Formats: sequence, structure tokens, C-alpha cells
Amino acid sequence: MGKSPTTKDDAQALFHSLRSAYSATPTNLKIIDLYVVFAVFIALIQVVYMAVVGSFPFNSFLSGVLSCVGTAVLAVCLRIQVNKENKEFKDLPPEHAFADFVLCNLVLHLVIMNFLG
Amino acid sequence: MEIQRTKSLMQRGKIGNCTVYCVKTHRRRLRLPFRLVSSPSIKFEMMWKLGFAFLLVAAASICEAAAIFSPISEAHRSAALELFSPAAGMFTSLEEASESLRTFEVLGIEIGTDLKDSTCKSVVDALSSGSPNSKDLYYALRVSSVLKCKISEGDLTGGVALRLKDFVKDAKSLLDFYYSIGGLVLIKDQASEVDVLLEDADGIFRSVKDLSQSDGKWRYNSNNPESSTYAAGIALETLSGIITLKSSEIDGNLIHALKKDVVKLFDNVDKYDDGAYYFDDQFVDASGHQGPVSATSSVVRGLTTLASTSGSLNIPGDKILGLARFFLGIGVPGTGKDLYYQIDALACLDQNRVLVPLILSLPASVLSITSQDKLKVKVTTVLGSTGPPLSVKLMQVFSSGSKDASIINKELKFDHKEAVHVLDALPAGVDVGEYVFAFEIALSDLEHKKIYATGGRTKVPVYVTGVVKVENDKVEVLESDSVETQQKLDLPGKNDVALAANHLQKLRFSFQLTTPLQNPFKPHQALLKLRHESGVEHSFVVGNSGKLFETTLDFLGLVENFFYLSGKYDIELTVGDAAMENSFLQPLGHIELDLPDAPEKSARPPAQPINPYLRYGPKPEIAHVFRSQEKRPPQELSYAFLGLVFVPFLAFLIGLLRLGVNMKNFPTSTIPAAFAILFHGGIAAVLGLYGLFWLKLDLFTTLKTLGVMGIFLMFVGHRALSHLASASEKVKSA
Repeated sequence: MGKSPTTKDDAQALFHSLRSAYSATPTNLKIIDLYVVFAVFIALIQVVYMAVVGSFPFNSFLSGVLSCVGTAVLAVCLRIQVNKENKEFKDLPPEHAFADFVLCNLVLHLVIMNFLG
Repeated sequence: MEIQRTKSLMQRGKIGNCTVYCVKTHRRRLRLPFRLVSSPSIKFEMMWKLGFAFLLVAAASICEAAAIFSPISEAHRSAALELFSPAAGMFTSLEEASESLRTFEVLGIEIGTDLKDSTCKSVVDALSSGSPNSKDLYYALRVSSVLKCKISEGDLTGGVALRLKDFVKDAKSLLDFYYSIGGLVLIKDQASEVDVLLEDADGIFRSVKDLSQSDGKWRYNSNNPESSTYAAGIALETLSGIITLKSSEIDGNLIHALKKDVVKLFDNVDKYDDGAYYFDDQFVDASGHQGPVSATSSVVRGLTTLASTSGSLNIPGDKILGLARFFLGIGVPGTGKDLYYQIDALACLDQNRVLVPLILSLPASVLSITSQDKLKVKVTTVLGSTGPPLSVKLMQVFSSGSKDASIINKELKFDHKEAVHVLDALPAGVDVGEYVFAFEIALSDLEHKKIYATGGRTKVPVYVTGVVKVENDKVEVLESDSVETQQKLDLPGKNDVALAANHLQKLRFSFQLTTPLQNPFKPHQALLKLRHESGVEHSFVVGNSGKLFETTLDFLGLVENFFYLSGKYDIELTVGDAAMENSFLQPLGHIELDLPDAPEKSARPPAQPINPYLRYGPKPEIAHVFRSQEKRPPQELSYAFLGLVFVPFLAFLIGLLRLGVNMKNFPTSTIPAAFAILFHGGIAAVLGLYGLFWLKLDLFTTLKTLGVMGIFLMFVGHRALSHLASASEKVKSA
């Protein structure tokens, strides 16, 4: 076996290393990641729907997509603030970050509901 | 109001020689057969001739005092019924009752027994009541004299007579004397056994006479210096009443002086041009009614009463006739009071001892040559009763506008059946047009000259109509004075010519008008009208010379007047006159005019009147076309994607389970647990509010509720999360 490593092997090795590294992350961060993925998926489904039927109630489409995107963004912010390895937010209690997350989400969704029509 | 209109017509006559051209209309005259009306309750039977020749038209146009006065007619009866019908079945006052009943009596109108009984009852009440007012007693007695109420029962009349005698003694003003003495005279007529004679007739006569003035008018009482003619009439009536009631002789000089006063009164009489005499008053009398009708009526009443009691008065016949003409010239008055004054005065004039005026009237003042109408003349008293035997002569005929006339002196034949004087044939030379016929009445018995007043020449306007022939009518198009096209017309029949002309040519239109007697005729209107297809109209008067009527339209000069509009013009001819029986307005055809184009600054043709229905009427309905709805995707597709959206949510939940979520950090002790539950509950509530907001709420209520919930949530969340934070701190430090 003196073959040079192929790209496929490299990719697979990269993938495995990422996976193992990822499993080291704390559970709460994984929950947040899962939430972000979920929100993005829903946004993608909505875009596909719009592509199929046309953008007639454009405001509804926008509000739907932007709610998903917005909540994903807020979740990412929460993750940054809660991450213990992040030295910048060492002194911020995670509950404080969570409260901010909840508040911002509520405001976002008020605006979204108004724009939904 | 009728009286105002006739008054103004008469005043126009007063201005002088006015050449007022009024377009008169043919009045179809209705001649109804005469009718004999007799009713036992009325004293005299009357012969009513029902003619509707109203005199309004005649008075104004020919200002030579020619007017038709007709005696009382059916119109007066119907007016009386309308004006005097008591509302609610009863008269409001005895004064009104006396006026209405007197008018009904003269006109021969019956009243119902219910009204009669109720009025008699009020009369008896008024007489038996102890009223301090002689006016009430007077009017009650007047009403009962018309209705013949039974007032002689008991000593009612005797008592009333005594009270009236006391009133006479205490009387100070003219009206007091009038009512009390008038009442006593009425009692004398109705209940002859009662003693009504006055002791000091001479003294009372003098005291009334003292109120007279040198110009013939009377004052109402010695304090008030204002005098009026109406008061004069009342005074004359009062004085004649005193003469009737005298117990001893009154000084003859007094009566003689009174008669001279009456003659002086007539020096102030006013006159209209058509021969009507009247008295005018500026003073408002006791009942607030002023005017010539009441003043003249009162004088007539006083005059005739005085003449009947003390012998004839020396009043000239034309003045008496003038007074009668005044009352007949009013027509039918519009108010009850005026009608009463008119009818009362005419009744006094109908049979009086001064002079009875005889009225010459024409049942029909429009005669047609075509139907060979004969001129008929009636001579009656003012109320329409027959006069004495007499003959009527046609003396002169004036044609309209000219002063000179032909002298005829022809006597009219008397037709016994209809009691009219008939002119067999119209005088030679009387053609179509307006004329004034002058008649003279000659009484058969010379003795009657002292009884009747006939007037000298009576002038009446007469209209003679006939068919006017149109001859030699043609229309031509001329090219520099030589005839290019000529078309004969058939007037007054239908015509339809088609001509064409340009602006260099002329249109000439001519015809001749001839009367039945082959004289030239000039109608009141002879107009040629050209109307463009767009509606613009031009009218031209057709001038005449003698018989020939001709007009030439030079289009070169008219181009600007026609607003340079070329095209088809309809031609219309109008020839009309009141005396022409075949006036016509005929379309003649059309002419195609070719005019040059309009230059820059020429006048625009006038805007045609807009059909109001087009502008203000309902507009056509607009069917609103709504924007078609956007194409929506089929429902199944939408539902499929809805379901598809929930799939990631399920995946999220499954992922959470796989990650091993737990609730270990949930606080266990009660208060923090409650706060935690409330926190989650609050978030759920807010999300629920958003759902409601999307479904049906509006932003304002949402924000208000959100504000409340937000504050609650903040508080609860703070407590829950701070508890959690302190718990994790403890774990970290431990």
C-alpha cells in the first residue's frame, strides 16, 4: 500500500475529523446548532414554494423567510454569547444571553406578524 | 288678485294716449242658453244671461275709453260661494254673516237650513244679551232682516228698540248714530208694531249734520279732524234713516242743504278714461278696510237710501252710470269684503230713485266674417234684469288706431226671444281687424229719461276675424338680380322646397295677403326663420308695401351674421295676427348654403342650449371592471407544502431527543418553579397573542396587550433566570 492519498480519502478523513471534533462540543451548543439548521430548512422550503407558485403575496413570503432567517441569526448570537470558549463574553451569564434571545425573538415575531398580512 | 290686475289696467288707461300693442288671443266665446232662476225666498226673480265676455282684454289697448262692461254673471255667484262659505258651518261674526247673507240675497243663492237656524239662534242671543254695543245689535238686526228670523217673540224687539233709542240719545260719533238709527229702521221693517219713532228727530239730524265738511266729506266725530268719503256715505244713510223715523217734521231747509252737500261730494269724484267714476279714500275706516271700492259703495248706498226717503237728487246721469261702470269694471273681486261692497252697491243701483243705470254689453265681442256672425248687443240693468223698451243705434265705427270714423247711424233690430239687439250685417268696409263701435241708446218712452241713465255714446271694442288669403307666394334664388331658381309655394299648406345657394347669391321670398273684402292686410307677425342643422337660428321680418310682402336675404352681407356656417338650413315662415283665423307657422323646406370658411377672428356661433336631460339626467351606468384576481396555486399544493414545513419541526424535536435534552435544570422548589412555569406560560401567551393578532386583532390592541404581558414577562423571567443564574453560580463556586 504505498498509494498517494486520493482526494476522496482526504475528504473522508476531513469529514471524520470534523465529526469527532464536533462531538466534543457541549450539548447546549448542539441544541442551538440544531435549531439554526431547522430554521434554515424551513426558509429553504418556503423559497422552493415561492419558486413553484410565484411570489403573489410577496409580503407574506418575505415575512416567512425573514422570520426564519432572523431567528437563525439570533440563535447564532446566542451561541456566541453562551460559548464558554469565547473569551469576549466571559462575564456574561448565559441566562442573560438567553433572556436577550427571547426578547429579540418576540420583537422579531411581532414585526413578522404585522408584515404577514 | 283680480281687482289689482284690473286696477292696473285701468291706470294704464289713465296715463293718456298710450299705444300699447298687446297680443290678444282669441277667446272662444261660450254662449249658454239663458236660464230663468226663481226662488220663492228671494223678493225679485232675475233673468240671468250667462256670457263670458271678460272685459280685461278690451280696456288696455285702445285708449279711447272703449271698454266692455258686462252685468253680474255666473262668475260672481261662484266667487260668492267660494268666498263666503262659512268655515265649520257657522259664521264667525254677525258682521260677516250680514255681508255674506246680503251678497247671497242679491245673487239669488240659497243657504242651508242648518246654517239659517244656527245664525238665527246667534241673532236672538245677540239681541237678548245686554250688550252695551250698538254695533252688535245693528248687525244682528241686519242678519235677521235677510233671514227673516222670528224676533218678535215676547218683547225682544221692544226691549231692543228702547235700548237703541237710549244709544241714540248718548251717541257722540257718527258710527254710534249709524248703528243705532240703522237698527231702529230695521226694527221698523221687521216688527212694525214696535214704536221706533224718534222724538227729537230735528235735533239728531242737526247733530249728525254738524259733522259734515264743506267739501262734501264727513268726519267720524267732532274731535277727529280727519274726514272721509266712506263716512259721507254712512252719514247719508243715517240721515235718511232719521227722516224715516221722524215723528215730527224736520226743517225742510236742512234737507235742502243736505242735498246740496251731496252734489258737492260729487265734485270730488275721480274718473277713469273708460267712463268709470269712483270715490277714493286715504283714510282707513273703522274696520281697517280702505280703498275706492268701500268708499264708493258706501256713497252709493247712502245716496240711494237718501233718494228713496226724501225724493230725487240732482245728480247727472253720466256720473251714476260712471259709478255703475266702476263696479262692473272691477270684474270679480278676490276678497269677500270687496265682493260684498260691489254687490251691495250694484243692488242699490239696480233699483233706485235717482237714476237707474242701463248697461250696454256685448255677449260676444269677437265676430267672424267666415261664419257670418251677427253683432249682438244687450241692454240691461247692472244686475242683469231687463231694461225698459228702447232702441240701440250704431252711430260710428272707428278702425283701430285712427281717430276718424265712418258715420253709420243704423238701428239694430230687437230680437224678443233672446232679448238682444242684433245688427243684421256688418257695415260696409268693416274688414278683418280691430274696431271701436259707438252705440247710442234711445229710450222709447220719454218719461223714462228721468228714471234711467243711458249715457251718450257708448264705445265698445269689437274684433272682426276672417280668413286671410295668401297669394303669389314664391321663393327665388337670385344671381346678381337675375332669377336663377324659382319655386312656387302653396301657403298656408304644406311645402317642401329644396334650394341651394352660395354666398354670392340672394334669396327672395314674397307673397301677398288679402282679406275677405280684397283689402291688403298687415299681420302682427310675418317672420322668416332659417335654422342651421346645428341648431343656430336666424329670424328675419318680412317687410311689406301695400299688399306685397317681400324679403330679400343677401348672403354676402349676412355671411358674418350666419357665423360662416355652411350646410343645410331649414326655412320656416310664420304669419300671425289675432284677427287672422288662419295664422300659420309652416316649414317651407330647406336651402343648402355654401358660405366661405370662417376667418381667424370671426365670432363663434352661439352655444345651443344643452338638453337638460343629457346634462342633468342620469348618466350611463359604469360597470366597474375589477382587477382580475391573481392566479392562486391549487389548494392541494399549498396544503402539501404546509405539511412539508412541519417536517423540519419534527426533525428538530427528534434531534433534540437524540441529543439527550433533559429538564434537570428545572427548579424544584415551589416558588422558583412557579416563576419558571409562569415564564414559559408568558412566552406561550405572547406567541398566542401574535397568532390572534394575525387572525383578527389590530396592531393597537395587540401592542397594548403586549405591553401588559411584556411587563409581566419581564418580571417573571427576571426572577426565573436570576434564580437559575444563582444556582449555576453556586455549582461553579462549589
